[in-house]
Amino acid sequence: MEILIAVAILGGLGLIFGLVLAAASKVFYVESDPRLDQLNECLPGANCGGCGYAGCSAYAEAVFNGEAEIGKCASGGNDCAQAMAAIMGVKAQTVTRKVALVRCSGEKIYDTDGNLTKGAKVKANYEGFKNCLAASKVGGSGPLSCKYGCLGYGSCVKACKYGAMKIVNGVAHVDEDLCVGCMACATVCPRHLIVPVEPDRNVVIACASLAKGAVTTRSCTVGCIGCGLCKKICPNEAITVENNLATIDYSKCTNCGLCATVCPKHLIKDSKVEDLGDPVVQSRNGPVIQA
Amino acid sequence: MEAIFGILISALLTQNFILVKFYGICPFMGVSKKIDTALGMGLAVTFVMALASAACYGINLILIALNLEYMQTVVFILAIASIVQVVEMFLKKSVPALYKALGVFLPLITTNCAVLGVVLVNVQQGYNFLLSTINGAAGGLGFTLAIVLFASIRERVNRSECPECFKGFPIALIAAGLLALSFMGFSGLSIF
Repeated sequence: MEILIAVAILGGLGLIFGLVLAAASKVFYVESDPRLDQLNECLPGANCGGCGYAGCSAYAEAVFNGEAEIGKCASGGNDCAQAMAAIMGVKAQTVTRKVALVRCSGEKIYDTDGNLTKGAKVKANYEGFKNCLAASKVGGSGPLSCKYGCLGYGSCVKACKYGAMKIVNGVAHVDEDLCVGCMACATVCPRHLIVPVEPDRNVVIACASLAKGAVTTRSCTVGCIGCGLCKKICPNEAITVENNLATIDYSKCTNCGLCATVCPKHLIKDSKVEDLGDPVVQSRNGPVIQA
Repeated sequence: MEAIFGILISALLTQNFILVKFYGICPFMGVSKKIDTALGMGLAVTFVMALASAACYGINLILIALNLEYMQTVVFILAIASIVQVVEMFLKKSVPALYKALGVFLPLITTNCAVLGVVLVNVQQGYNFLLSTINGAAGGLGFTLAIVLFASIRERVNRSECPECFKGFPIALIAAGLLALSFMGFSGLSIF
């Protein structure tokens, strides 16, 4: 009998509290705009921060308040931008998907004797924090001979929330299938090596060295020396050489791949074509780089 | 009058819910980064504690009448959870800024053991309705005192240099320990 009373009391109290709460939710009802929830649903919810806001809901709120533009979500891409524009009743520009590109190809390849056969020369053994910013501050320009090259301590790998970055032979690589183009990696790279590029392109110039040709050659076998051969052969005038570095204007590039065939450093890569093998960089005294 | 004074001294200083009894540490650590939000949180907890003390006094009378004292904890938790829900709705409607500042910690008052603790202390000490409510409010003020003091310490500590490995939570925990230690000094004030 006593247990029944206990059950009845607890149940009764629960019922009363429930009714009070139901009444309170009516009395204290706050109207929120359904568009805000809809905006939130459009966004991928990965909270990568690529838009510059604290997370997806923060971006949704900023768009809702008119503080942010539509289409800043690289991860959601064009579909997301169009859906958000439809909710807010405005027209969005077409957003093309971009992926990150690491502008360095100085992968360090050593022969069996430990001599550097290809890639960027290392001038010092760095044993500090495994962090690119820390490494870049050491000894003026970091442990690499090239003061523009990828340090390979993986700050971008840590920043990537999509697992699209990895370090291969001391240089960061982007898995373009996984990359959503949030460019979180670019913000942490102390060398500013990472740039957004269209995913449907074949040729890339993966070097950021602004040093003079001779200096670049001394520090890396695959650095752009600004020779301009690619610029001469390009039928569409898509390549410019400025500050000893060639860059491709993708609005003019037709992905013909001619530039990749003439680059003496085999630095311009054409993903349609098989790897052209190690660059043969010879001088009169044998290989240019000897560790 | 003497009893009320004793309760105030006890709840604010000698038996401070956070720094002496170690109840409600979660919001104490979580919402103490800024003095403003700490004060808001403290006042919200004070309000809930006073309200819970008053409501649970009546509920306890029912339980005693039916010989169901062993259900006190369960029923009190139910009552406190409901009260917090109502407070949350009230804040959302009336003080949206405070609602946003408290964020996830407002629902956490539901599971704040300081609130349940003060209600159970009321029952154990056999306080009447007035003394229960006063004990609840004073306990909440003690919470507010502790969290505001701690927030001001943390604001100061954040601007000072400290070893990299201690930055953030570790140094905050050490500061909390020192603050609790200093509150031990009030134990001589005990008049019970």
